[in-house]
Amino acid sequence: MARIFAFIAHKDGVPDDSASELAAAARVIDPVASPVAIATGSGAELDAVCNSLRSSFAEVWKVANEALVYPNAELIRQALVKIIPAGSIVLVTHNHFGIDLGPGLSIKLNAAYVPDVLGIEQIEDNALRLVRQEFGGQVSAHVRCDISSGAVLTIRPGAFPAPEDARLNGTVIDKSAEAGALTARRRYLQTIVPEAGDVDITKHAVLVSVGRGIQEKENIAIAQELADALGAAVSCSRPVVDAKWLEKPRQVGSSGKTVKPKVYLACGISGAFQHLAGLKGNPFIVAINKNPKAPIFRVANVGIVDDILEFLPELTNKIREMRGVPAK
Amino acid sequence: MEAASQFASWLQPGQALFLGVHILGVACFAYIVYRRLLPLVRAQSDPRYDEPLARAQKVLKFWLGQWKHPRYKTAGILHILFFSGFILLAARAFTVLFVGVWPGFALPGLAGETGRVYEAATDYAATIVFLCMIFAIVRRLAFKPARYAVPARFGKAHTADAVFLLALIAILMVADSVFEGTKAAALAQQGGSPGIETVLSLPWMFKTALASASATALARFYFAGYLLHEITFYFLLCYRPFGIQFHVETSLFNVYFAKLNKGTVKPVRWGVADDQLDQVKSFGVKTFEDFTWKHMLDFYSCADCGRCSDNCPANAAGRPLSPRFLSIKARDYAFQHYPMLGAARNGTPLIGTIYSEDEIWSCTTCGACEEECPLLVEYIDKIVDLRRGLVDDGNVPQSLQKPLKALESRGNPYGKLEKKRGEWASAKDFQATCRVATLDGKRTAETLYFVDSITSYDDRMQSIGRATARILGHLGENFGILGAAERDSGHEARRFGEETLFLALREHNTEAIQASGAKRIVTADPHAFNALRHDYTGLPPVEHISQVIARGIETGKIKFNPVENGKVYAYHDPCYLGRHNGVYDAPREVLDAIPGLKRVEMKRSRDRSFCCGGGGLMLFYEPKEEERIGVKRVRLAAEAGANAIVTACPFCMANLEDAIKVAGLDGKMSAIDLAELAEQQMACESGAATAAAPTEMQPEFVGRR
Amino acid sequence: MEILVCARRVPDTAENEIALNSAGNDVEREELVYSINEADNYAVEEALQIVGRVGGKATVITAGGEDDEEILRREMAMGANEAALISDGAFEGSDGRGLAAILKAFVQKGSYDLILTGIQAEDGAAQVGGMLAAMLDYPFASLVTSIEVLDGRKLKISREIEGGNKEINEIDLPCVLSIQTGINEPRYVGMRGIRAVASVPIPTYGATELGLDAGSVGAAAAKAKRLDYFVPEAGKGAEMLEGSREENLEKLLELLAAKGGLK
Repeated sequence: MARIFAFIAHKDGVPDDSASELAAAARVIDPVASPVAIATGSGAELDAVCNSLRSSFAEVWKVANEALVYPNAELIRQALVKIIPAGSIVLVTHNHFGIDLGPGLSIKLNAAYVPDVLGIEQIEDNALRLVRQEFGGQVSAHVRCDISSGAVLTIRPGAFPAPEDARLNGTVIDKSAEAGALTARRRYLQTIVPEAGDVDITKHAVLVSVGRGIQEKENIAIAQELADALGAAVSCSRPVVDAKWLEKPRQVGSSGKTVKPKVYLACGISGAFQHLAGLKGNPFIVAINKNPKAPIFRVANVGIVDDILEFLPELTNKIREMRGVPAK
Repeated sequence: MEAASQFASWLQPGQALFLGVHILGVACFAYIVYRRLLPLVRAQSDPRYDEPLARAQKVLKFWLGQWKHPRYKTAGILHILFFSGFILLAARAFTVLFVGVWPGFALPGLAGETGRVYEAATDYAATIVFLCMIFAIVRRLAFKPARYAVPARFGKAHTADAVFLLALIAILMVADSVFEGTKAAALAQQGGSPGIETVLSLPWMFKTALASASATALARFYFAGYLLHEITFYFLLCYRPFGIQFHVETSLFNVYFAKLNKGTVKPVRWGVADDQLDQVKSFGVKTFEDFTWKHMLDFYSCADCGRCSDNCPANAAGRPLSPRFLSIKARDYAFQHYPMLGAARNGTPLIGTIYSEDEIWSCTTCGACEEECPLLVEYIDKIVDLRRGLVDDGNVPQSLQKPLKALESRGNPYGKLEKKRGEWASAKDFQATCRVATLDGKRTAETLYFVDSITSYDDRMQSIGRATARILGHLGENFGILGAAERDSGHEARRFGEETLFLALREHNTEAIQASGAKRIVTADPHAFNALRHDYTGLPPVEHISQVIARGIETGKIKFNPVENGKVYAYHDPCYLGRHNGVYDAPREVLDAIPGLKRVEMKRSRDRSFCCGGGGLMLFYEPKEEERIGVKRVRLAAEAGANAIVTACPFCMANLEDAIKVAGLDGKMSAIDLAELAEQQMACESGAATAAAPTEMQPEFVGRR
Repeated sequence: MEILVCARRVPDTAENEIALNSAGNDVEREELVYSINEADNYAVEEALQIVGRVGGKATVITAGGEDDEEILRREMAMGANEAALISDGAFEGSDGRGLAAILKAFVQKGSYDLILTGIQAEDGAAQVGGMLAAMLDYPFASLVTSIEVLDGRKLKISREIEGGNKEINEIDLPCVLSIQTGINEPRYVGMRGIRAVASVPIPTYGATELGLDAGSVGAAAAKAKRLDYFVPEAGKGAEMLEGSREENLEKLLELLAAKGGLK
């Protein structure tokens, strides 16, 4: 079986949470293999990252280069193509970076590409049977991936739980020279952080979150009333921000905020993974949706099939009654 | 007569001057009117030359008869008074003007006794007009009626200009009275028969004041009065076309050329048949010249009275739309771009300059503005034309794009499957009690129940469909629905400017209706009612279910069980049933025929009904507003002492039920459809109530969607 | 600027509930409403806006069959200057890489400054843009949320990354960008516009015209093959409350109180 590499993203000297998930995925592909972690960057931060990775990977390849101080996928791809042997399997986390790096990398490595992998079911010498989702998570699909000339797979965050027993003592190998000089026709300039909105949803223990099912901007008031009754804040999924019904700081998801509430009410939210990617910390998820087949019901703790436009006001009234607040 | 030549001699020295003023005044006026007509000549055509008799009748009723004026009592009576005064004074003014250059001029028929009576009457007319002007000025300055106020975004207040014009008219009356009073004083001094003594009139006051004035003084006053009169008259004549007072000249024409067939919308281009529209390069109104000449005349004729905006629900809710300012801004645009001197500048886009997109999308087409306007200014056609222009440019709010696309691909704004359109009627437990045939070409029937989209697909509104079907069944009608063959009537698609989509829907529906063999159409949806009656052609007669039930009551076929819930009901007139189609009484007759039903009238009912917020595509639009239109309506119901609203339109139902929740009146106010209520209370032959078991029929408490 | 937009016709997932067909080998397509992939529509609008600002032309292409032509007409009605359908039996069964190879062949027949795709389609793969760029050796950026044309054959773009942050980059032309939804407000395409282009001929390109050999496209060349569709066993999933609304409300309140949702 080919060698397995895992590209590890990092921030402020700490590897991304998904590092051990990639290691776990690698072990599913080849239980006896020793996956290699690759980290790029520069300076002390990179060194710190490589050092932490030694406990979950037997080999850690370091590529240090001034140009890589900010993770620019165009540059990183160049470096990887130079150091990764042909026919290897490369794992990357499926997120904004994985989407940016993966497809082009598979072409340059002349390898197969399967993005957003949720499961790895069957392993043969030259093919893998993988599980993906389509149609916003409404159906799943089995995909056969020919790995005879290698493969680049992006892995769904959370799909391969990290093993507890990661206690390796890996070695760090400096591959910077092999990677050589790097130039790209895309240059990073800066990152703009959005202005804080009036409400910081990351600071709330209870969130009433709305999706497309809220139907109209005016109906957001229904969610706000429930939030008021619960002492919670209103958050939302991406379509609500796209429609300009709520501002961006209210969005939970991979391109929005990451939240760790105790209780999360998903109202009229279908449950696409980009949204769920923003939910961390194992909250108690209540899903209310008109569609009994909405993917959210697979991940929620409690599910109710009902119309949120009717259910939420009644819930609000009940809570008010309970508290002795006169129903409005 | 000696007196006459004496008066003539008093004016004689000024003859040249007077003639000069005449010529200058008339020339100026002619030139001004010519410049004002320029844009009309470049405008789109608008064939309003038909039906002269009907048009003349409108002139008699609305122009001469001032029919709409009393809807606002104070201003209405005031206007009727001075309007009548002007009409009466017209001959006198004419005479006075000529007397200065044609001594002894008198209009035929006004000599002798008739003349004297006329003189007396016009003395009082001038006085009344004068008093009205003073009253109007005081009203403007001190009482400041709200509807005259100019919101900041529309510029400065119009008070100064209004007061200036009122003052000028007052001065005109004074000048006339000085003139006449001096003459009367002179006659009295000479002992001649003075004509009827018009005590306390303005001329009489001057006569009394000048009773002992010398002849020279009298001559001077006579001359001065005359000159002042002439100058003021011509100044007003030439100044009027520069402001709202132009309506004095244009009102008669505006009323004569007013739209005769309400309810439908003008075609994209007059004279271009629907199937030749691909020859038209640009749809709708994008520049000023895209308006028709009649619309431009409307802009000139707006008297800035504010009655339209005062009744506009969008304006009341704080949306950017104020119909009055649609007219005023366009008029100002015309004045600016077609100046008295210099070349006309045309062709600049209106949206983004004088109008904003939100302003144009805010309109619910309820027609309150048109109903109120004493000059019969039209608004709906203009809004639709402006929307056509926006649609043509692809400039449609995102919230409307989805339902429009769904209408195109699925024939309903919800994007639901065509084949599910008739499923509301085939639910098993419903089918057991009421068979609804689907007229799919193989089956035909006498009566077609045209259901339209919201009643077919919306969970809540389907109960209106079932109630209507049960009523038709009870009446023994041979009826059916089109089912999957039916498409949205297209009523709102048209009024939101998507004419091509509307034409496609109309074509499809017309074919399906003709294939059904129906001789009669019934609907419970006033928007469909209006569309089938006015936007469609070649269809059998259309009725609304309220009319059908009313007739059933009259013929004894429908009897009601008494209502025992002690509720107080208020009937809300849907705009497209009431105002646009004049059906006010039938629904009320139905309600009043239900024993034990207490009914109150809300403020703003009948032709002044306050729109629920708009139907069809308006349910998808996201307006910028301060308060929902429906919430205002629901509050009016509560104010009238009602705790239940009855309406006869599914869109009204949707808006009002929503509004009840938003206004926090859940539990204190409920809403029910007329058909639902009638069906609920209908007694069937056996005498027992046909009302279905409570689990199904509690529509007042069933939530929406 | 010569802009090429690669679009795709997909089932409208917002409206449709996707279910498996009775044979279990595909989704039930009979009653689906199809339209242009939402992200691709944003890409076309963006192309039109750029052309509106700096001049040039926008071309829209799709790979598929007759049915797919309708999206090309719609985008032409929207304002795209040209359209082309890439169709050939040999293309069936292509995976992402195969599709990218097909698009690459088309790109090389013309001379485009900027190539846009939507970020992802119904399969959620988000792959074709990046692959196309690598095959053409053009720079690439995904998740683009704004484009500014600079002097000197460069663009300033922003990418949407985590936490709502925007990553600002400079990228040289020619390049490939995949566009994120919400980048602009697409204009309305009225029925009149669609009717007006209803009979405009749309050129079709097959394998021969594009100079593609069968070895690089089609099912045989595919390294990733979807085998089936399935709905996974419910597994854990949510505890569904199945009572009346009243009962559900009561139960939910209990649970919320227990989990610390009620302060």
